[in-house]
Amino acid sequence: MKCFFFHLMPYLYLDPAVRAQYDSCWMVLPNGAYDPRKGHELYNRYLDELELAEEVGFDGLVLNEHHATAYGMMPAPNLICAALARRTRRAKIAILGNITPLREHPLMIAEELAMLDNIMGGRLICGFVRGIGVEYLVWGVNPTSSHERFHESQELIVRAWKATEPFAFEGKHYHVPWVNVWPRPYQQPHPPIWIPTNGSTETVEWAARADHRYRYLQNLSAAVACKKYIDLYRDVAARAGWEATPANLGWGCPTYVAETDEIAYREMKPHIESFFNVFFRNPPHRFLPPRIHLARIDVADRHRQDPDLRPPDHRQPHEARSRALRQRQDRARTIGPQREGVGVRHARRRAPFRHAAA
Amino acid sequence: MSDVCSSDIEIHGAKVRLHRGGRGEPLVYLHGEDGGPPALGLAGMLAEQLDVWVPEHPGFGASATPPWLETIHDLAYFYLDFLDALRLPPVHFAGHSLGGWIALEIAVRNPGLVKSLTLIGSAGIHVNGVPKGDFFMRPPEVVFGSLFADESIAAAMLARPIPPEAEDIRITNRHAIARVAWHPPFFDPHLAKWLHRITGPVHIVWGDTDRMFPIAYAHEFRRLLPHSRLTVLSRCGHMPHLERPRELADSIATGLAERPQ
Repeated sequence: MKCFFFHLMPYLYLDPAVRAQYDSCWMVLPNGAYDPRKGHELYNRYLDELELAEEVGFDGLVLNEHHATAYGMMPAPNLICAALARRTRRAKIAILGNITPLREHPLMIAEELAMLDNIMGGRLICGFVRGIGVEYLVWGVNPTSSHERFHESQELIVRAWKATEPFAFEGKHYHVPWVNVWPRPYQQPHPPIWIPTNGSTETVEWAARADHRYRYLQNLSAAVACKKYIDLYRDVAARAGWEATPANLGWGCPTYVAETDEIAYREMKPHIESFFNVFFRNPPHRFLPPRIHLARIDVADRHRQDPDLRPPDHRQPHEARSRALRQRQDRARTIGPQREGVGVRHARRRAPFRHAAA
Repeated sequence: MSDVCSSDIEIHGAKVRLHRGGRGEPLVYLHGEDGGPPALGLAGMLAEQLDVWVPEHPGFGASATPPWLETIHDLAYFYLDFLDALRLPPVHFAGHSLGGWIALEIAVRNPGLVKSLTLIGSAGIHVNGVPKGDFFMRPPEVVFGSLFADESIAAAMLARPIPPEAEDIRITNRHAIARVAWHPPFFDPHLAKWLHRITGPVHIVWGDTDRMFPIAYAHEFRRLLPHSRLTVLSRCGHMPHLERPRELADSIATGLAERPQ
């Protein structure tokens, strides 16, 4: 098993009195609440933390993209990756991921990522995602075609990476008569592709296709739900004629390690509460835009039939999550000894949401 | 109040629910974001003097969502097919909000098919510096409340229990609205420059407290449409068919009777 250090880069100096005036710290919280001097301090602190994560032994570092939010100061994760590229030497850097449907031209993503992979000598891992509803509201991109744009842009990027001759790409949203991306990625035919998701049959089936075999990464789900989605991925792969191994599967979960369960629960509680209740929360009409609402009707049915698969309800306060949290902490206990406590103890001391929770 | 009957027809591969009632000159009413059924009370009043047709747009309500539905222009071309298929002569059009926008897109494409046009709180253009109501950023029930001058009317409607089928239709409608009106929000930047092609009489009817498209939009339409007149409904928001149905019906009928021949 490989362990990666996922930094969300939250804006920690959120004034609780200001935050309390808004139903979310996404989109509606005015950017006047952001102090660039504090931002300067935080960016440099977070880059230090990511570099330290490599030093203490994590196999990889994880970045992601979100817009108009104090949840994460990383609207452009490729820039953060660039800042880390020459300050790290060993760790993989996984960008999970670029929100491809938001970009006017996907070839810019193909070029940026290929440059990063060249600079880092093949340490790059690429994720492609669609983002949440807020992204489509603040960018004015129509979410009803985001699914089409996601698939088409991903196809264009991968083809552009694999090609060694100019070719024409004739898509509905992207029509490029002469694709000839320089530089080519360092890793051939292209960097590994991971697909992070909160669980949708459609995505699992797409990622597990025999011609994709993209690593499937279940995010923020309890162990029991995670296992079910992983089983689904294995089934789809088997039906497609290949065998999914642990190398094809990942689980993104908040992890905390301490000397005893009791200490871990006590110490982690304010941070995980801050994560879910202060930073993560969004009202449903801004979390899921219309296209996603419709695509999720089958998912909603599945959730009704199997409560284990329900995603976290952002409107519920943290206490309702104790079961899921306990499962995550079971996970933390098992990770601890394997990592000999070193890396994750650092993560604990530097728990990124501590300040906000205090 | 005349009876309105419903039937399903198929045009260009799309099953469409059509409500029709009354006798007289034909008038096609193009509904807004709330779909066809909420407009049937108004349609019954109009049917006292007119042959009223209320199709539910492709993608809305009981109509199917065809794969070709992607832009407002698709709906405009669909209605050109609709007029052909039903062998309708040039007809009167009335359109509310999104439906007004569709009517304008039809009219610039084939002005000869539009005998007259009544625009009710219509979408379709943008006036710089005059923000529209945010349709997607706020919770749907908050948006709905803001569409009335008297928000207690909205509150009473929202308090009624909603059957699951109606909830599904709401999601379907919201999806169709997003397809055609998410961006640019509720307008086509290329429409205004062709509005001069509409040579038939246009009657602009607007609620004085429309918070979706403020009254400045009515004045801008008045300026862009040379053969237009404006009627302002007092103490009325964006939903005159629900807030002032009788006044709206009378206003539409009067407009048709007084139009220049």
